[in-house]
Formats: sequence, C-alpha cells, structure tokens
Amino acid sequence: MNLTLTEEQEMLKKTARDFLTAKCSKKFIKQMEESETGYFRELWQEMADLGWMGLVFPERYGGGDMNFLDLAVLLEEMGRACLPGPFFSTVVLGGLSILDVGSEEQKQEYLPKLIRGEKIFTLALTEPGYRNYDAPSVIVEATPDGGNYIIKGIKLFVPDAHIADYMLCVARTKPKNEVTIFLADARNPRIKYTVLKTIAGDKLCEVIFDQMPVPEANILGQLDQGRSAVQKIIERAAVGKCCEMVGNIQRVLEMTVDYAKERKQFDRSIGSFQAIQHYCADMATDVDGARFSTYQAAWVLSEGLPCTKEVAIAKAWIGEASQRVFALAHQIHGAIGATIEHDLHFYTRRAKAAELAFGDANFYREVVAREMGL
Amino acid sequence: MNFSFTEEQNKFRQEVRNFLEEEIKKGYWEPACDAWVQSFDTGFTKRVAQRGWIGLTWPKEYGGQERSHIDRLILTEEMLRYGAPAACHWFGDRQVGGAILSFGSEELKKEFLPRIVKGEAYFGLGMSEPGAGSDLASLQTKAVEDGDYYVINGQKTWASCAFFAHYFDVYARTDPEAPRHRGISEFIVDAQSPGLSRIPMTDITGTEAWNDIFFDNVRVHKRYLIGEKNRGFYQVLHQLDYERSGMERLMGNYPLFEAIIQFAKENKLSQEPVIRNKLAQLQIEFEVGRLLIYRVALVMEEGRAPNWESAMSKAYSTEFEKHLAGVAMEVLGPYGQLTSGSKLVPLRGMASHSYLGSKGYSLQAGTTEILKNILAVRGLGLPSS
Repeated sequence: MNLTLTEEQEMLKKTARDFLTAKCSKKFIKQMEESETGYFRELWQEMADLGWMGLVFPERYGGGDMNFLDLAVLLEEMGRACLPGPFFSTVVLGGLSILDVGSEEQKQEYLPKLIRGEKIFTLALTEPGYRNYDAPSVIVEATPDGGNYIIKGIKLFVPDAHIADYMLCVARTKPKNEVTIFLADARNPRIKYTVLKTIAGDKLCEVIFDQMPVPEANILGQLDQGRSAVQKIIERAAVGKCCEMVGNIQRVLEMTVDYAKERKQFDRSIGSFQAIQHYCADMATDVDGARFSTYQAAWVLSEGLPCTKEVAIAKAWIGEASQRVFALAHQIHGAIGATIEHDLHFYTRRAKAAELAFGDANFYREVVAREMGL
Repeated sequence: MNFSFTEEQNKFRQEVRNFLEEEIKKGYWEPACDAWVQSFDTGFTKRVAQRGWIGLTWPKEYGGQERSHIDRLILTEEMLRYGAPAACHWFGDRQVGGAILSFGSEELKKEFLPRIVKGEAYFGLGMSEPGAGSDLASLQTKAVEDGDYYVINGQKTWASCAFFAHYFDVYARTDPEAPRHRGISEFIVDAQSPGLSRIPMTDITGTEAWNDIFFDNVRVHKRYLIGEKNRGFYQVLHQLDYERSGMERLMGNYPLFEAIIQFAKENKLSQEPVIRNKLAQLQIEFEVGRLLIYRVALVMEEGRAPNWESAMSKAYSTEFEKHLAGVAMEVLGPYGQLTSGSKLVPLRGMASHSYLGSKGYSLQAGTTEILKNILAVRGLGLPSS
C-alpha cells in the first residue's frame, strides 16, 4: 500500500498544472463554451506535442508507454483546469478502446494519427431512453449488406461528435442481434449531428445514422462479441470521469477555503466560525474519499485486474460526494458563487455533467449490490 | 500508488485469520460488536501476546517486533472483522504504550512495555472528568508534590476497561497557577493504589461500559510521571491522534455488517431495490472509510504523527457505524427492537445493541465537532474560532 505519486507522476502533474494554468484561463474556457467547435486547434497540437495524447499508448505506435494510473494524474489536472475539448473522447473513449480490442492493423492505422494530434475520436454509445450504462441496453442496429454493415438509428449525448474524425459506434448486429463495435468514419455524409446545449457547455451531440455503411473490416474486435469490450470501455470511462472530478472538487475545496479565510463578516473571517469550519471539514473528507477511491479504481484498472467493484464504488461515491461538496461550496461562497462573476460556476456545471456521465450513484450502487452477491 | 498488499502482508493477514477462526472453532469466544473495548478475555490476550501481536510496531529491545504500521492495521482489522475479545490489551497496545515510548523515561519503558507486550499489564484511561469533556484542558483533578510522590485527588469519568485495568493513564493538574494548557501532567497510576476506587456506569445498552474513577489522596511515585511535568496536555493531544487513528472506529460493529448482509440474503430481502440500495451504500461507505484509515497508517509509516488525518477518518467512520446500525434496524423491521436473550431475537440482538451503543461512537475519543475543528484548523489552515 502506498498512496503517493511516483517522481515521474509528480513531474507530469507539475508540467500539466503549469501548462494548463498558462493556457487554460477561465476566459478561454468561456470562449470555448461559446464556440462552435469547443476546442482550440493550436492548444490541441501543443498538448499532442507535450506527449499527452500518446502518454498511455505503447511506444511502437509513437506513444509514451505510460500506464492508466499516469493518465489518471493527467486527467485530474485537466479536471482541475476545466479543460475544454475532445481529449477525453479521443484518448479515453477512442484510443484506449482501439488499443484494447483493435486488430494490429487497426492500431497501426489509427493510433499514430491520434497520438500526433491529427485525428479526433469519440464513442457513440448512449441512445434515447438509455439509462443503464451497459452493452445490452443498446438498440441501434447494424445490418449486413455485402461487405458493409448499414447502421441505422439515433445515438445521444455523444461527446465531440461534431468535430470527430472517427467514431466508435456500438450497435446490435443482425441477424444475431448481438453487440458489435464499429469504427466509423465520422465524416460520413450519412451521419447528421446536432450539438446539444448543455449546462457544462461541453459539446454533447445527437447523432443520427441514416443508413450509414461501415465496411466489415472496420469492426473493432469480434463481430457479435462486443459486450465485454463495451463493459470495459464503460468502466474505464467511469474511472476517467472520476479522475477529472477529483481535480475539480479538490480545486473547489481550495477555492472555498481561501474564500472562507478572506471573506470578512462581523469583523472576522468567516472561516473562523465553526459552522463554516465544519462545512469545510466535510468537504475535505468527501474530497479525500473521492481521491482514494478513484485512485484505487484507477490502480486496479491499470494493473489489468478485474475492477468492476472498485469502479462502481468510486463513481457511486464521487457522484454524491461531489454534489455535497458543491452544496457547501456554494453556501460558503454566498451570493457571489451564484453568479458568473465568480469562477465557481465553471466547476459546478462540469461536476453535474460528470456525475451523469457513464452512470450515476444509483446505477453503481446496483453494481456494488451485485458484486456483494445481493 | 499501490493499493495492494505485499505477499508477506497477505500471509500475515491469513495467519491472523487462521488464528481467530481456530479460536472461534474451539468455542473460546463468539464474535461480538464492540468486543475490542467491552470483551475482556485474559486468555485471549495471553494467546495474542504469545504470537508477538501486542506492541507489534515497538522496538525489539522492549519486546516489540518492529513491524510496520500497515501490519498492525492488518492485525487489528482482522481482530475487528471477527469481533475478537481484545479489550484487555487494546488501550496499552494502541496508545498508552506509544505514549510511554514517545515521552516516557527509559525506566518506564523497561518497566511497562515488555509487560504490555506479554499481555500482563492492562491499561485504562483517566482523561475525561465530569466537567472536562471536549474541553479537556479544563480538568480539575490535582496532583500535588509531596517529597518523592505526587498526591492525586479528583474524579475521572467515562473510563473504558476500567474494571479490568491494572493501571490508568491519568492526566492531572500539577500547576494550578499556569495557563491551563501548561499545568497538566501525565501519570501511570496503579489501579490497586490505596484511595483509588471505581464505580461502573451502565450505558444505554445496559452494559457496564465505563467507570467513574475516584482519587482520594492517591500517592504516585515521581518515577511514574510520563514525560515532562506540565507538558501533559501536549502529550495527550499526541496520544489522542493515535486513539482516533485505527480501524476500530469503522469496524467497531462490523460483525453486525456481515450478519445483516447474510440476513438480507437468506430472507430474500436483498432482492428489494430499497434494501439493495441501502446495503450497497453501506459497502461503499465502508470501503471509503477503510481507505481513509489506511492513509492514516501510511502517515505513521512515514514517521509522522497523524493529526487531522485521524480526525478525518474517525469523524467519518463513526458516522458509518451509526449508519450501519440504523440500516440494520430498518432491514429487520419490528424484529430489530428485540434485545439479546429475547424470544425471536434476530442476529443475537446485535442490531438493537449496536443501534443504541452507536450513539456514543461519535463522542468518545473526540466528538465529531471537535474533530472537524481539528481538520478545519490544522488540516485546512482556517483560523481558530
């Protein structure tokens, strides 16, 4: 047991903190939220040049050969900075899934482009009416037609679909009606996108596949055998979201404690009042619980061990813990925290989005219940 | 970061489990909630001592094993998992021995540590007084110098394990003129001393859980002063950090946790969504608490005294214990109110016992409110109120 970062991870953390502090101001985030694409090409390229896109991929594809736990450190910093853009979609949802189940040929073709920052990836999983984050809930269909599969249906809340070059699409393949993952060209004219307006200002899309053909060769993994791959993708995405949230709520705790020290009422800083102190103590406990349970899940995943229970614990915990943290952060910040004059709203909005993504506390409590043998 | 245990640690955990299972199989004792503080079994303590499992982290020269704090946490975690009757040695092992090690004279270390390790010297605590709870520095028990002795007069209360203790770790005022934090000293007092008397207090469950201890001109030789005269308050803060650090704050009623899960499974209650949800939530809270407590052990392993870290884990964990007792009562429905020995009582009465007893969990060793003050001021740097 050891809860400290390695020297290498500390360095990565510092580099990321410095870089994102310099490049990702709140003004920039606001611009990105208001922009159509939601990201800034030059910054994207700089991140690629820093080796961030490739961090977690093997050297033979041009990657940095680090592991998921290292990526967790980076994701935490990105969450802390409220970094906009398709990093999560590209690396966590796209690239790592290709690395998991793609053929050697597919890896050789796609990963180097991803690592160089040339191509953006995403995952089309959830659908209208989709509540459980699992493979069996998928109903979008893919029907064989010559050497192609024709995908038809609607995917919802697909992150960054409007700017993606490639899209992993989870579908039910006929005739067996089993789950298969396709790696589709996201620029196919038979895909229609609508960017939805979300509280986080991130770019979640409705994606309509209007009889989109995908070559059989673009099946990722095995035909009709996508269930376990999808399960793994969801688990990894859930942990990735937890990592971002740890960064988010850690920063919010710091902001709130600073505010409680500075803000004076009754001729003393409000942080000297026990009511405020206890709120801050509760926040710190929730944040540390979130941190340790998240890193535990990231570690288990990184080691390649079965991680269903650890992931469920982390995501269930952080979903509710983050809401408690924000309730108190807003209470302590007072009215200014309820405005856009103050930065708190950037974090509040993103935390809610992250809570909803890849399963909320109720969903994961049920997973934990199953793992307990209930 | 690494969330696994080493092979040796896993082996050690298994060794402890084997030992405890063997004990249960032989019918020596039955797993119980709060057994770490309420079940006195001199034979058990002796058998634990024979394995070298008391004073596990202490220097070898005093009989210890110089093992890591993680090893000790593994040991105590398993003791609690099995609800083992460890009350005889718990306080000496957890905190008084550590206080002697940190502040005591060589003479005191030689006199007491090997006897704690052998399971021959049991300790109780003399901290709280009727008028001094959270505000411990206001304590009134006095120790007045008289030649080579101190003469102690006053009253201590809420003393756990007092009836079985051979010795008490007593804090008394030695300088009434000094600012109150700077006039307190720490003593080891023999429980058989003339003038010392104990009166048990019955807690809400009907258990004689605590004692009042009265000191009527109790004479203590000066060599039983721990550390420096008038530094006792600073020493007690240090000791309390250890008192709060352990797994007993999360697993005090662990046997109930396993029992209620089993009960829910056997009675098909676990198929009800509300109950599944509640039990899963308990499991999540338990796992988070466990990590917060392992963090404390890792702080100790770095050679630091835990402070706000153990305030955090203790405040958090006792809420879990209370939550567990509450959920257990809900799951059992009207049967939950039955107490041990009653016809139809489920789970040997553990639920009702724990439900009532858990009211004290967030009071002992620092109330949750005091712990949050510590966390806010020492951990987060907020100004003192």
